[in-house]
Amino acid sequence: MEHQIVQDASIAEVPVAGPTITARDVNVFYGEKQALFDVSVDINRNSVTSFIGPSGCGKSTFLRCINRMNDTIPICRVTGDIRLDGENIYDTDLDVVELRARVGMVFQKPNPFPKSIYENVAYGPRIHGLTRSKKELDELVESCLEKAGLLKEVHDRLDEPGTGLSGGQQQRLCIARAIATRPEVILMDEPCSALDPIATAKVEELMDELKANYTIIIVTHSMQQAARVSQRTAFFHLGKLVEVGDTRQIFTNPRNKRTQDYITGRFG
Amino acid sequence: MKYSAIVLAVLVVAAIAFVVAIARARAAQQGGSVKMHSRIGYYGWYAAIWTLLPALFLVFVWVVVEPIGLSRLIRAELPDNFHTLNAAQRSLIVGQIETISEGLSLLDPAGLDTLKKARLGFKPMSEAQQVLKDQGIVLGSAPEGYAVTAAVKLRDAREWSRMILAGLVGLVVLAGFAYSISSIRPRLRARNFVERVTLGGLIAASLVAILTTLGIVLSVLFETIHFFKLVSLSNFFLGTVWDPRFSAAGSGGAEGQFGLLPLLWGTLFISFVALAVAVPVGLFAAIYMSEYASQRVRNFAKPALEVLAGIPTIVYGFFALITFGPMLRDLGAMVGLNIAATSVLSAGIVMGVMIIPFVSSLSDDIISAVPQSLREGSYGLGATQSETIKRVIVPAALPGIVGAILLAASRAIGETMIVVLAAGIAANLTLNPFEPVTTITVKIVSQLTGDLEFDSPQTLVAFALGLTLFIITLALNVYALYIVRKYREQYE
Repeated sequence: MEHQIVQDASIAEVPVAGPTITARDVNVFYGEKQALFDVSVDINRNSVTSFIGPSGCGKSTFLRCINRMNDTIPICRVTGDIRLDGENIYDTDLDVVELRARVGMVFQKPNPFPKSIYENVAYGPRIHGLTRSKKELDELVESCLEKAGLLKEVHDRLDEPGTGLSGGQQQRLCIARAIATRPEVILMDEPCSALDPIATAKVEELMDELKANYTIIIVTHSMQQAARVSQRTAFFHLGKLVEVGDTRQIFTNPRNKRTQDYITGRFG
Repeated sequence: MKYSAIVLAVLVVAAIAFVVAIARARAAQQGGSVKMHSRIGYYGWYAAIWTLLPALFLVFVWVVVEPIGLSRLIRAELPDNFHTLNAAQRSLIVGQIETISEGLSLLDPAGLDTLKKARLGFKPMSEAQQVLKDQGIVLGSAPEGYAVTAAVKLRDAREWSRMILAGLVGLVVLAGFAYSISSIRPRLRARNFVERVTLGGLIAASLVAILTTLGIVLSVLFETIHFFKLVSLSNFFLGTVWDPRFSAAGSGGAEGQFGLLPLLWGTLFISFVALAVAVPVGLFAAIYMSEYASQRVRNFAKPALEVLAGIPTIVYGFFALITFGPMLRDLGAMVGLNIAATSVLSAGIVMGVMIIPFVSSLSDDIISAVPQSLREGSYGLGATQSETIKRVIVPAALPGIVGAILLAASRAIGETMIVVLAAGIAANLTLNPFEPVTTITVKIVSQLTGDLEFDSPQTLVAFALGLTLFIITLALNVYALYIVRKYREQYE
């Protein structure tokens, strides 16, 4: 298992901060319509990067390029170059299934499978054969639920359906499910937009803990959230990457006029 | 006077009422200076309803009550020995009287005279029969004198009855017309009235459907009870031999054996074979259609598959009889199997093809209804498309798919034509799929066709079979609906 080795290596070099993902001149087309224009950005390892911008600015589209989720849309076409640890993810030699195991994703609306809580988390390890015994799988499920801060709430009802949990719990279950495949990167597409403030706070706390081991990219509509959780922020507008930099700098001293207008609430 | 003429007249008056009411409402509006409660059209409908509905109701009552009154009248007219005849003979005579009385209006004076002379005994009755026959009124035998007398009375009574009805309807129509037209004023809530009547009409329509179902069930139920008075429950439900003997008129008596089991077994056996064909094929087709096929393929293939459902079952039947059955027999002979040209296998397979669209089309809809977010969730974890389908999509859609299969099964159980042609009519209790069997529906048909008497067990058994079949398919349908409903709540 090649990606296993890569992943172990990434854990070994935890403190080293360098770009895991480098994107150059990425263009995305939906049929005739161009949704992204020449996006180039570096995503740092073991940190949280947030993508902000008004609706329809292309931030989710770009996020979905990183695990090639756009492949599921027949009319979507991607050009340019995105590298994960130096490897071109749009290379024909690269197996998209393997890529998605390395780049996990959490969606806007919690989408647990209509299975038990246990089965939801065990899904990824099972299909990738990550564990050798039932006991190992049990331990993995438990540790993932623990990392997602959900174990305490659900430890006595792992057999109950995941769809029966509250919205916030469901979203943390989806995070547990994502980290169970031992990814290097976790993509979060507005993970808190369907949650109340308390559940949101829990998920944000979780991101803060997870960034020690994972590279996290979050798309958010809430600028406060971007400011709270991320180290770097990228501002998208009309399909273009307008500005990217340290979160503190973006929010206190934006270089671009449009960024300033957006974060001060003058449009969007 | 005919009912149709009365109803037509009422309709004409109602149309006039509609026009007059609209004119009145316009006048009441005074060129727009007065605000009407309802829009003008409603006043027209208001008057039309008032004119039409009470009159139609009266006609309806007459249609129901008149025959009862008239038949009493005839019976009083008939000689005493009539009441000693059995039911069949009595209904024959009553029918004859009906026919003659309808014929009377067609006769010319000479004919009427012949009839009158025959009635009084001056001419033979056969001559009266001949006179009627010349006008196209065919009687089975020469009528008795009293029958002709009764027929004349019947005609007169009916004419009186219609005259009275016409008079009453005229009164009611005029009253409705006058009342509605005179009550038109700006404050009249015509819209509310019209909408209440419309609602009543909708309720009546749904009642018709429900009452019809109820009527069918009850009539089958009563005949079934009648059957079980003649044949024991154990003979029917536990008997292993189906041999009802003849059902010719007059044979009577419960001589045959009415074992349900061979028929039930045949029905279930063939349905099982049909499902064994339809479920895998239909399900795989559905998965291909909903998950893999491009939009263009789907646009073409889905309707093409659904055409299968539009082929009349009799066509499947002769396909099985002429093409598929013999082919199967020859194939069997090649490998040393003895397959009858009409067999469980050939009927089952052809029926399976027939119900493929039921399974595939419903399953396709159900699989497509699984939220895209579940697919993306699975892909996002690095699952392949086939892993996603096997582990997420199909399990999530399973209750709905089971519902689709059960609906297809109830369709298979009720199927008749394919079985008649492809599986034969011999009631066998066999495990061998290469032999002919028959089903409940086929036997219902064969018991009810031909020269038969309606109170022999040979005929009544059809109702018991029908009720059994009805209960089986009803149970399947209810179960299927229950499952489908449960499935709907799944993603909430």
